[in-house]
Amino acid sequence: MKLLRELLFPFIAVVAAFVVGGIFVLAIGDSPIETYRQLLGNAFSWPDGIGYTLFNATPLIFTGLAVAVAFRCGLLNIGAEGQLYVAAFATAWVAMKFGGVVVDVSGHNVSYSWMTLPALILVPLAICAAIFAGAVWGAIPGFLKARFGSHEVINTIMLNFVAVALCSYFTQYHYKVPGDPILESAPIGDGAHIAHLGKFIPGLPERIPLNLAFIFALIACALVYIFLWKTKWGYEIRATGANPSAAEYGGISVRKQIVLAMAVSGGLAGMVGVNEVLGYHHRYYDGFSDNYGFTGIAVALLGRNHPVGVLLAAILFAVLLRGGIFVDAFTDHVSKDIVQILQALVILFVAVKPNFRGAFSRFGMLKRSKV
Amino acid sequence: MRDLFNVGLLLSTIRLATPLILAALGGLYSERSGVINIALEGLMLAGAFTAASVTHYLQNPWAGLIAAIGAGVLIASIHAVACIRFKADQVVTGAAINILMIGLPPFISGALFLSTGSTPQIPVNKLIPWTPVVIAFLLVFVTWYVLYKTPFGLRLRAVGENPEAADAAGISVTKIRYTGVLLSGALAGIGGAYLSIGQSSLFTRNMTSGRGFIALAALIFGKWRPVQTMLACLLFGFTDAIAIQLQGVRFGGEEIPNQFIQIIPYLLTIIVLAGFIGTSRAPRALGQPYEKER
Repeated sequence: MKLLRELLFPFIAVVAAFVVGGIFVLAIGDSPIETYRQLLGNAFSWPDGIGYTLFNATPLIFTGLAVAVAFRCGLLNIGAEGQLYVAAFATAWVAMKFGGVVVDVSGHNVSYSWMTLPALILVPLAICAAIFAGAVWGAIPGFLKARFGSHEVINTIMLNFVAVALCSYFTQYHYKVPGDPILESAPIGDGAHIAHLGKFIPGLPERIPLNLAFIFALIACALVYIFLWKTKWGYEIRATGANPSAAEYGGISVRKQIVLAMAVSGGLAGMVGVNEVLGYHHRYYDGFSDNYGFTGIAVALLGRNHPVGVLLAAILFAVLLRGGIFVDAFTDHVSKDIVQILQALVILFVAVKPNFRGAFSRFGMLKRSKV
Repeated sequence: MRDLFNVGLLLSTIRLATPLILAALGGLYSERSGVINIALEGLMLAGAFTAASVTHYLQNPWAGLIAAIGAGVLIASIHAVACIRFKADQVVTGAAINILMIGLPPFISGALFLSTGSTPQIPVNKLIPWTPVVIAFLLVFVTWYVLYKTPFGLRLRAVGENPEAADAAGISVTKIRYTGVLLSGALAGIGGAYLSIGQSSLFTRNMTSGRGFIALAALIFGKWRPVQTMLACLLFGFTDAIAIQLQGVRFGGEEIPNQFIQIIPYLLTIIVLAGFIGTSRAPRALGQPYEKER
């Protein structure tokens, strides 16, 4: 019964968002029924619907988990965007440097490879690079908060921009293929590619970019659950989030928890890089993130900061993303921007529910808190 | 190198700083009353889009400016109601508004103008390139006066520092906070309008490209004080202007990467926030929804 109640509230928020969104659609002269049919109806066809939907969901699961873990510690990680960018670059760097020479159609060497490692070592190495880079980028605002009391909201927003700029710099000046008009890195070595799921699932064509990273996302959900509810570290994080002073009194070092939670959060966000670079583009591509970091906030909120909720919420948002393309093409006036409008409405409706009242700002906005 | 620092650079700095000043001052009113406002980006977009659309329809930039103020107030009212009436988390609501304004202007634009990318171009003689600049700098001193020399300003600051005491003294915390947030919408709306009908001649999707966040950074860098915030905006406007000038220029044989200059405002803010350049103290009650005690 309690489970039903827990699910009811996000459900109501989503329905309310769709109702208000429907009013917007009506206002510009299209039929809400038809729009929503296009939006939702294309997501579950086989193979393209389910394939692309789950592919879209993969980064959202990671960023949703990232934000959720931080929330559990009472922190608002708006920096998932920056964390996933540095992670994507880091993983691309490892995959370029150790992936072996790549030649283009005319036989020129278009890679920056130092050496070639076998795939069995290269892929885990690249994944570790992504997690590590994301964790570091998340730990920085965590450290700034723990040591100086400066609030993570502003620092993470600032670091997002810094991250994108730095990655852009390295790509443009050091890792581009000369003559390439697009701001993207050189291709990664073949050994670093991760397989599309089409290779293992009969009936799923390999052209669909759904790849092993999705499986990693599912595993991450399970790991986050175990971490938060079955380990001592997870317990300490949750205790800190629930009541920092009581936690401190109970012997938990709140400062350490802040840094740890932000690092774990950043590492999770970093896994998006694995999906993008190793599983899809096979290079670092400037501006690849379609607001995954911010959408992760919505996913975490809707999913009540629980791995299962995050998974479901991520799939919902992925459905919207997929459907947006069809709405764009097949309705007269509605464009795929309805997706952002619906996302924002969902966040608003979830946010006004009393439960979440002030929980995150409670940590003391921008004070020099002697935590 | 010498011809780098000239009048052109000064004018560029002022023009680039103007939208920042307007948005940052708006943020000041909101945050000084205790309501976090990270939605400056979205509010500017609201103003920019409305100004461009209305100016196109009525061929009158002043109408566009007024409409932009209205749009800013309207969108800010969502933030106000959610945060003040429903006590929603202020950062989350602000983020929601930013996401909303990524989609809403192109959505409406697609319906009105059949183009989600941009609104129709406005003829040059219908633009207002200098009025918002004057408004911005005047507002800095108006704000200084209002904040420190008027009863309203005192109440605003009181509500942001100690709402319980203000409430006990008979001040309506709710009304003051609503005023602060709606004012932030109005001012950010002007800032956005300047972008679309002052600096350029139309609205394009996401045209603020982070300026709302730079304005927020300037507000923090300026320690929530009007004159210091203006100086911060000028500094950040300067880095923007210099970045444009330095494109292609070589320092000792090496081109200066644009990205290094772009990140200066963000790094400065992080440094200030950590307390390395003086104490940056926020209004004490910032971010905490106010509950009336019985």
